[in-house]
Amino acid sequence: MKPLIQISGPAVPLMEANINTDVIIRIERLSDFGRDELEPYAFEAWRFDETGAEIADFPLNQPHWKSAPILLAGPNFGCGSSREGAVWALNCLGIRVVIAPSFGGIFRNNCYQNGTLPIALSAEIVEDFAKITKAQREAPFRVDLEAQVVIPPNGTPVPFEIDGLRKSGLSKGLDDLGLTAQQLPGIAAWQETDRALRPWIWLD
Amino acid sequence: MSDQARTLFDKVWDDHVVAEMGHGYQLLHVDRNLLHDLSGGKALADLERRGLSVHTPALNIAVPDHAVSSAPGRHAASTEISARLAPIFKQRAEAAGIRYIDVNDPEQGIVHVIGPELGLTLPGTLICCGDSHTSTHGALGAVAFGIGSTELLHVLATQTIVQKKPQRMRVTFEGRAGAGVAPKDMILYLMGAIGAAGGDGYALEYAGSAIRTLDIEGRLTICNMSIECGAKMGMIAPDDVTYHYLAGREHAPKGELFETARRHWETLPTDPDAEFDREVTLDMVDIAPQITWGTSPEHVTSISDQVPDPAQATPEKREDWARALDYIGLTPGQAFEDVAVDHVFIGSCTNSRISDLRAAAAIAHGRKVPEGTSAWVVPGSQAVKRQAEAEGLDAIFRMAGFEWREPGCSQCVAANGEVVAPGARCVSTTNRNFVGRQGPRARTHLVSPAMAAAAAVTGRITDVRKLGGAQ
Repeated sequence: MKPLIQISGPAVPLMEANINTDVIIRIERLSDFGRDELEPYAFEAWRFDETGAEIADFPLNQPHWKSAPILLAGPNFGCGSSREGAVWALNCLGIRVVIAPSFGGIFRNNCYQNGTLPIALSAEIVEDFAKITKAQREAPFRVDLEAQVVIPPNGTPVPFEIDGLRKSGLSKGLDDLGLTAQQLPGIAAWQETDRALRPWIWLD
Repeated sequence: MSDQARTLFDKVWDDHVVAEMGHGYQLLHVDRNLLHDLSGGKALADLERRGLSVHTPALNIAVPDHAVSSAPGRHAASTEISARLAPIFKQRAEAAGIRYIDVNDPEQGIVHVIGPELGLTLPGTLICCGDSHTSTHGALGAVAFGIGSTELLHVLATQTIVQKKPQRMRVTFEGRAGAGVAPKDMILYLMGAIGAAGGDGYALEYAGSAIRTLDIEGRLTICNMSIECGAKMGMIAPDDVTYHYLAGREHAPKGELFETARRHWETLPTDPDAEFDREVTLDMVDIAPQITWGTSPEHVTSISDQVPDPAQATPEKREDWARALDYIGLTPGQAFEDVAVDHVFIGSCTNSRISDLRAAAAIAHGRKVPEGTSAWVVPGSQAVKRQAEAEGLDAIFRMAGFEWREPGCSQCVAANGEVVAPGARCVSTTNRNFVGRQGPRARTHLVSPAMAAAAAVTGRITDVRKLGGAQ
């Protein structure tokens, strides 16, 4: 997993509420393609018309935002299906940071497993950011994980919250599996006790 | 509140803490990990690539459901995608010592249907699956939630998962269901009441007289859609209905062990003084048969209402409503019952159990799907299919012009290629009316099984209360 320290670049606005993971990536694309091959299929229902041509005014198709590493979104971004491919699809577009008022819970957890930072800020702040990016287009936003701030092009840093465990995992490039390895003896002991306490759980 | 007073959720969650991971995160034991065909084989391959093996194979179970065909006479390779996924899934699961329920095994079915059916889902267990509708299993008093692919690797490698404890919300349904009102209508109504993000950060417990009187299948429907309001999970306290349901099921404890387990399960319900972070109370009097009109489960209203006008929405939702109506092809102020239906789908982990099929068959009986409308019934499992056939429900559906098909997820997620045609309007007993969910540009209306059957036999959206029972 790629460590995430600082990300700097344009921020693309998709401010609709409740953008779900089905819309981010259709389920069959995840069976047909590897996690690095999803760029053409990310948001395909919105990026392309029935003939497969790009819909020019869709934000992700606008030249100044095509390689934006930061996505600005409405509340409850990434709701719905648990598919981790939604994060892979964003990564294939080059997006490493999503800033929204709130996130689908499974999506948020999946971000942390893939070096992607979900930042929850108030709806007012995200709307402000969207106004800035719509006016200044390629003007870079800067996200500093260590300092826990987003610095919009006008220069006033906005602090954000992140759990220590998640911050550490992202900055070291470790997913949960990397963090749990040292717990294995404790798990074995817990299971041994549980066999006596709840024998009906054990299927073998 | 006394210091000891705890909720059902707290009791089950706390019972599974293996270690504190710092920063409020806990390492939790996973009692049941359910694998399905879309992610199961890949996860097992990824595990091997990372040089790891399955930690506790006996607590994992594997079943193909998402990618399999629902066509009569199907086999593992009947769809192109299943042909690719199923052999690897089976081979890797079996090599890892995980029980694999094959596509035409008598126990095959949708993972969230067979878990309870086989007695794998038990009160007080912690259950994970790489599927968001894992919340279904909470109906028996389990902590059950969906996880992503990397988290799934973690569960396979350690039989544990790292999570932060959500807050507690109780949703109380009081009163008696009115005519034509099904469990699906209760949960759809909740989506409208609190919104698609209303449950974000919460574990829900459903309570109240209208929940207590529900059978397990109705409770499964309600817990199933908890994720649609963003909740981490949905739970219902175990009671005599639960114990009666579980007794004699394949993997449920037997004899003396059942009684021992039951004594433990009886300690799980929420203590009278326990507090919730949020309480929502709904009166059954307000709940009529529901239908979604847009592209989020929160876009829902009573069948007797008209298609809403974005002008009535709060300012920040106006654009969202307008876009949803544009996609779904409805006009503000239009009556739902004017709207012609191309296709009806009865199935999915939400509504494919025997009680769902009975409710749909009661409406289909003696009626006929008109020209220009098609209708599918996809039972949730082989056991549901056998039971339905024993009761003659398949004959009722066939006589009425429905297709009677094989168990799986089918058109709920269309991962097997069984898509609803572009632009077609589908009245569906599933859980998501998202843009393109049932196929590119397909339009979905979520309803109860009886409402779906009513739409099928009239060829238009119909208030099931106007059809009464069987004809």
